[in-house]
Amino acid sequence: MKELAKRFDYLFRSTRGLALVAIAAVGIVTAIWGTLSGPMVEWGVRDITVKVLGMDLVQADREGRIIMLYHTIAMTVVAIEVYFMTEILPMKRHEQVIINATITIGYLTAIIFGLFFGYFGHNFAYHGLFLVGQSLVFFGGILLVAALWPWKKEYLLPEDSPYARTKNGVNIERAAFFVMAIATLVSATWGAVTGSFWANGHETFLGEDLIRIPHKTALQKAIIGHLHIMLTLIAVAITLIVGRWMDFKGKLHKWAMPIMIIGTITITFGALSIVWMEWAHSTIYVGSVFVMFSALLYVIFSWDKLIKEGTADIEKPNFFQKIKALTDDPFKFGSGWQMVFMNFTVSGVGIFMAIKLEEIFRVWPHREERITLTGHWHILSGIIATIILFYFMDLSGIKGKARKWAGWTIIIGSDLAFGAATVFSMKRLFVSDTAQQPLVNTTMLIMDFGLAAILVLLAIFLGWRLIDLFAKDGVWSDEFAAEKQANAKADLEAQKQKLAEIQATLDEVSK
Amino acid sequence: MKKMIFSLLLIGLLATACAPAPNVGAINDLPYVDTGVDTEAWATVPAGDFLFGQHDHVTYVDEFEIMITNVTVEQYANYLNEAIASGDISVGEFDLKVAEELTLQKEGAGGYYEGDPFDAYKHEEEIEEGDQLFIAMEDGLRMTYENGIFTTMDAYRNHPVTMVTWFGANAYCEYYDTRLPLEVEWEKAARGTEITENGHGRPFAWGTEIHGNYANYYSSADLFEKMYGKLGNTTPVGFYNGQTYEGYETHDSVSPYGLYDMGGNVWQWMGDDHADQHYRHMRGGSFYTYEVDLRVWKFNSAGPTHYAPEIGFRCAQ
Repeated sequence: MKELAKRFDYLFRSTRGLALVAIAAVGIVTAIWGTLSGPMVEWGVRDITVKVLGMDLVQADREGRIIMLYHTIAMTVVAIEVYFMTEILPMKRHEQVIINATITIGYLTAIIFGLFFGYFGHNFAYHGLFLVGQSLVFFGGILLVAALWPWKKEYLLPEDSPYARTKNGVNIERAAFFVMAIATLVSATWGAVTGSFWANGHETFLGEDLIRIPHKTALQKAIIGHLHIMLTLIAVAITLIVGRWMDFKGKLHKWAMPIMIIGTITITFGALSIVWMEWAHSTIYVGSVFVMFSALLYVIFSWDKLIKEGTADIEKPNFFQKIKALTDDPFKFGSGWQMVFMNFTVSGVGIFMAIKLEEIFRVWPHREERITLTGHWHILSGIIATIILFYFMDLSGIKGKARKWAGWTIIIGSDLAFGAATVFSMKRLFVSDTAQQPLVNTTMLIMDFGLAAILVLLAIFLGWRLIDLFAKDGVWSDEFAAEKQANAKADLEAQKQKLAEIQATLDEVSK
Repeated sequence: MKKMIFSLLLIGLLATACAPAPNVGAINDLPYVDTGVDTEAWATVPAGDFLFGQHDHVTYVDEFEIMITNVTVEQYANYLNEAIASGDISVGEFDLKVAEELTLQKEGAGGYYEGDPFDAYKHEEEIEEGDQLFIAMEDGLRMTYENGIFTTMDAYRNHPVTMVTWFGANAYCEYYDTRLPLEVEWEKAARGTEITENGHGRPFAWGTEIHGNYANYYSSADLFEKMYGKLGNTTPVGFYNGQTYEGYETHDSVSPYGLYDMGGNVWQWMGDDHADQHYRHMRGGSFYTYEVDLRVWKFNSAGPTHYAPEIGFRCAQ
């Protein structure tokens, strides 16, 4: 019983454990719900899943079900990012505990009851609990904003700090996290307000089904703005997180962080103002340029760092030695590479669509345009997930050959799949409807192959972490001990600081 | 060595996918399949309310008649020959205005169209009065054109006509004093007035479920997909009527009013001219699309100049 309690403590009271549970939750949802579409349908697996689990898949509710699924996965990913933030950003111990606890109960409630409501009958108690879960995640976000408050004295940076700071010493990176968290709360509110009309006359729809409808309601526009900005902010968050991972600092950091703040504010305003402003898209483009430029500065810094560290013992490294150093650690290289790759499969496609909308994309049938749209944001979600995996696998201490196999499987698998998905979605540029079959068959196979490789890897990783939980002195035990030690040190430091403050007060009073 | 074997296996796997797969335009050797369905028959849909759209809006529709099948290749070829003889259409090069600043030249048959009201709304393209392409003479056409006569490829006689623009579909119906169905009419003809167990109208023309032998859609593993690969090909109109073809058993996927192919096979052009846009809608899904697009309320859209091997039509009156 004691051993079980220890594991429970690790899984629900340590950052690594919480992140592991959340990643496992996404893994389980992906494994089960992934059987409801794509090749699994063709192989008859969907019918088995539906029958075994007793799913209730009414055709008219499909769009609503998908919205529930997106929300439950999004809540979990937000929780994972929050766990990372509360670990890497200085904050009081009790703040970390309360934020993590609130978010955990929130996303678990949302994921369980959201999926029950979506797939196992419309019991409105389930929907109510789904909303309770989301509300708790939101409340956790408010607590995070309060904990991140960048003007607190203890979080100011000294003048000689290598990190971005204002003249008054405010940590601009912390401010970037803070702004991102506020923007997320505002954007979540946007979705909640519009979503509250559901069951009050608001009819469920998927954003991609609204294209080409000339007159969209304010409600429809608000939801489109909400879904776009939420994914963007999740991307901003992981960019900032991996920046901390690589110890992003120096000149580029001093440029990147203010730019990220400006970009985050601009793009959020742009996405939400789509409800009332004709030129909202221009605002979004401006914000995107800022956010992407900030990410580019991170990529330059991280790659330069990898090259320098990898060639430290070589006096004059040549090009190939530099490339070897750059790619030696696929996790760390991958975090930047996936951001670069994103430009070919997400940003590049988006910009191309915007420029050639009338000339190319609106000439294609609605369905082709819809595939391109859904393709590019599925790819962005996938890229974010791969970066999260790089980071968490690194935290899990994967080293040596396993690290290389895991890292390169993710990079090659995802890039093959996402590249093929991009070609598939843009196929009308290369082939006519009449001659598309060979291209469709090839791209579909590459997509399936790439995604399957990553899913198998994820299954192996989670399987290993599960088996490890049964070991007395497994990785989990080391992680837990290290975290407890770090927390104890932080507590001790906080107590010392508190004592000093009390002493100062007593000294002042006794004068 | 292990790495090399793995790499070779990977390359081999991908190379398999790159192997030549027949495309729709190149499938000319299939057998003629008689479905026994009368392609000249019409169904009457009585006046009254029905549940319209995914969210089941009660909507009234006047009585109308609609063809029980899509217009076939043979019917369209006959029309082309009659209309050429009567001087209503011609064969040659046509300007295909696909966007405001993009006009292509296409060879085919075409004729006059009176133009659409233009609202000059954002993204709307003006459809002007003048000659328009009705059917493109290129890869994918199931007819040949020689000595001024269109002749149907034998195997495709009873397949739905494709490669026809909205103008071509509209012209066919008008030539025989009929018209393209409105979306609301098409949907009523497809789903009828039944309220299913779960309180919604029918999601599919034949009921609430869908399986591979119910309709021709992507990866439905129909007889022709087995012959020509996953994307398949069109099936003869009325193919899914409960008959068994060479051991392949079909479900009787007839709609409540006796219509065939109201889900899958080919998208069907609709007659509505929606305000503030130039797009024409299509209904029904096709052999290229997933089953979700076969739900009766789903629509696709394209400019009226668009044509494809997955788009056909039927008429109403």
